[in-house]
Amino acid sequence: MKVELQDIHKTFGAVHANVGINLNIPAGTIQGILGENGAGKSTLMKVLSGFIHADRGKILLDDRPVLIHSPADAIHQGVGMLHQDPLDFPPMMVLDNFLIGQVGSVFPNRRKASAAIRDLATQFGFSIDPQTYVDSLTVGERQQLEIMRLLWLGAQVLIFDEPTTGISATQKLKLFSTLVQLAEQGKTIIFVSHKLEDVESLCDQVAVLRQGSLVGEARPPYQIDQLVEMMFGKTISVGERTSSRCEDVLLSLRDVCLDDYRLQIRDVGLDLCSGEIIGLAGMEGSGQSLFLRACSGLVRTTGGKVILNGRDLTGSSHHVFKRNGVAFLPAARLEEGLASGLDLTEHFVLSEESKKFFVNWDKGRKLARERISEFNIRGTPVSTVESLSGGNQQRALLAMLRVPLSLLLLEHPTRGLDIESAIYIWSKLKERCKQGTSIFFISSDLEEVLQYSDRVMVFFSGHVSPPLGSGRLNTDLLGELIGGRGWDELEQRSQDG
Amino acid sequence: MVKRNVWLNILFQVVAVLLALGFTTLVLLVAKAPPLEAYKNIIIGGLGTFKKFSDVLVAWLPLLLTTSGLLVTFTAGLWNIGIEGQVTLGAIFTTWALRLLQESSLPPALIIAIAILAGMLGGALWASLAGALKTFGGVNEIFGGLGLNFIATALTIWLIFGPWKRPGTGSMSGTQPFPEELWLPTFPDLRLSPWSLVLGILALVVIYFLLRGTYFGLKLKAVGRNIRAAFLLGVPTWQHMMLAFIVCGLFAGLAGGLQVTAVYHRLIPSISSGYGFAGLMVAMLVNYQALWVAPVALFFAFLNIGSIQLPIVLKLDSTLSGVLQGILVLFVLMAEGARQRLFGKR
Repeated sequence: MKVELQDIHKTFGAVHANVGINLNIPAGTIQGILGENGAGKSTLMKVLSGFIHADRGKILLDDRPVLIHSPADAIHQGVGMLHQDPLDFPPMMVLDNFLIGQVGSVFPNRRKASAAIRDLATQFGFSIDPQTYVDSLTVGERQQLEIMRLLWLGAQVLIFDEPTTGISATQKLKLFSTLVQLAEQGKTIIFVSHKLEDVESLCDQVAVLRQGSLVGEARPPYQIDQLVEMMFGKTISVGERTSSRCEDVLLSLRDVCLDDYRLQIRDVGLDLCSGEIIGLAGMEGSGQSLFLRACSGLVRTTGGKVILNGRDLTGSSHHVFKRNGVAFLPAARLEEGLASGLDLTEHFVLSEESKKFFVNWDKGRKLARERISEFNIRGTPVSTVESLSGGNQQRALLAMLRVPLSLLLLEHPTRGLDIESAIYIWSKLKERCKQGTSIFFISSDLEEVLQYSDRVMVFFSGHVSPPLGSGRLNTDLLGELIGGRGWDELEQRSQDG
Repeated sequence: MVKRNVWLNILFQVVAVLLALGFTTLVLLVAKAPPLEAYKNIIIGGLGTFKKFSDVLVAWLPLLLTTSGLLVTFTAGLWNIGIEGQVTLGAIFTTWALRLLQESSLPPALIIAIAILAGMLGGALWASLAGALKTFGGVNEIFGGLGLNFIATALTIWLIFGPWKRPGTGSMSGTQPFPEELWLPTFPDLRLSPWSLVLGILALVVIYFLLRGTYFGLKLKAVGRNIRAAFLLGVPTWQHMMLAFIVCGLFAGLAGGLQVTAVYHRLIPSISSGYGFAGLMVAMLVNYQALWVAPVALFFAFLNIGSIQLPIVLKLDSTLSGVLQGILVLFVLMAEGARQRLFGKR
């Protein structure tokens, strides 16, 4: 199916998320959509898939102008979207998931659906049993289920929003071969990503968005530096890592024990130097989040001592830690970090400690304007936080940190952000380190861990490695430890040493 | 853009009010009552004479107080259904203080002041019970408040028929009225007290500035919108929820205290007169904006007073005003929902 977008405009309050976008995608094409976070990719795709309505502009499917009222209507007209986080029902069976969204019958025909799943699975070489439950599938398999479901419902255009996040390398290859196969059948594939190498190896043509506008289109062979320049408007380079020598110890953990309903952490001992960055690596749920929360007083330790700047804070509440210069930045920005409905000014005013009774709103708005320009947040002092894009929410969180800080605890500081935002955020964090702030951060991106940490701690189902100098580590070694291999040697070495 | 939205808002509100009137008319027709006659009687009943209008103000003041208090709890994201009980406890504490001090040699003005303060304390105590149930017991404030309302009513009845009963036998008409020197002074020939008037208006002004201009108000808003984020931002969250309950209880208790000292001069079984629930309706109707509380509360008070003469003239029950108020709230909320669906938020 041929897809044409003509002069699509969409505004959210003061933010112009899509500015007159024109796009022409012939049937059987894999169209890449590149752009950093907040560039307007998701908005454009939501317009095409019926989640939101454009303020202005036309959508043509096979040269026929259409109005798409809802996601269900989009599917009816042949447009289906796969979201970054699969929108399925984990506690339900594959078969039931498959049947949801089917219109026009009161009693679902399970046998027919089951046969359809098997047919489609053989066609693409997937191995999914209709009778299993979705929560036992991997993210890659859930994508496969969603692809089959949309095809079964008659989708001719398939939109993939960041589909390579959170799936393994083999699943990625499988996904790409599936996409090529679908394109050969005449389906139109729209592939939204900020990963250059994925777009390069897969797409027949690429459109680049920046600040809501279509800034350029390209066909293979791609000039990567040219694409990067279109995405960011400038070329970027990775900053140097500062190597610090330990002069004074900021945080001491003595035989710290932690308990959670799933895992136990025993006898962690550690000295964190001021200005030092320690990365916490491990599969999600291996104890690193528990550890980070214990360092901020959000989780009580069940044994041992936590000493910050020579003061024993064991068992104190988070607010005591906060008063002693500890800040915790959660991964779930809108759930834990920011309050929806409050604007940026209100957030900045709240983040500043004040003993006064009345708020000086003039000063607050001035503060907000300063922070917005200093941290390059795309928004205004009266923008509510939920109207900002993910990257800008993260910048806002960073902008809210108080100025002298001794310890900064970060959960996935750059998750879901594009390269430029990530580099920007790290440059801000390293400025802090130069002023003596120490950092613990969790990341599932091993390269990020190796690049920015002075030392690395690896977590594996409750086991915690001693801090390892990142100079002596590489991704392979780290990957092995995260997967639970090489721990015996590590323990031996620490006993010998 | 902004201007268009304002007009759009007004249009939707007007349509909602018209729909509410239409629906109430329908109810009247079903009840075989002449609608125009009924509306005319409400207007005459509320605005016919200066004395009647002053009675509207008498009903307006407790409503201002309860709504002002409720704005605080709503800002903190709390549904303080228990406000009825808090008004009642305010009245009980005021009555108690007056009973204790009426024989003493203290000047009457001081006794009245102490009694009103005691009422505020009573309301705050009852509210802090709902708050404690919520923060320490994990009981949703709606259920806690509802339970406490029943207890407050039972307590009132027990006091009126038990320890505080009139000489002879207790009666539904309440406790023995207090001597006239313990009444809050009123304007000559009216039931309206200048003191109530000042306190009611002052309450709204205080709440307006408290919510808009202070760190306390901002922190309450953060707690109401996202309690986890507020905690990480350094706001002592459960303390602020408790404080919201207590501030609301103070205002509710003041309302109850003024009902005793300025209006009834005794404790009666239904001393809260539904002002707490009416306050909830007003707060919802004004979308929790302090600026609109005064006129909307005045309109509600006018309906209440205006419908008093309906039973006499038209043999209609005076609860007609309640029907109109409830329908109005539902239609306005529905219109707001429809506007958001059709034109997006803001």
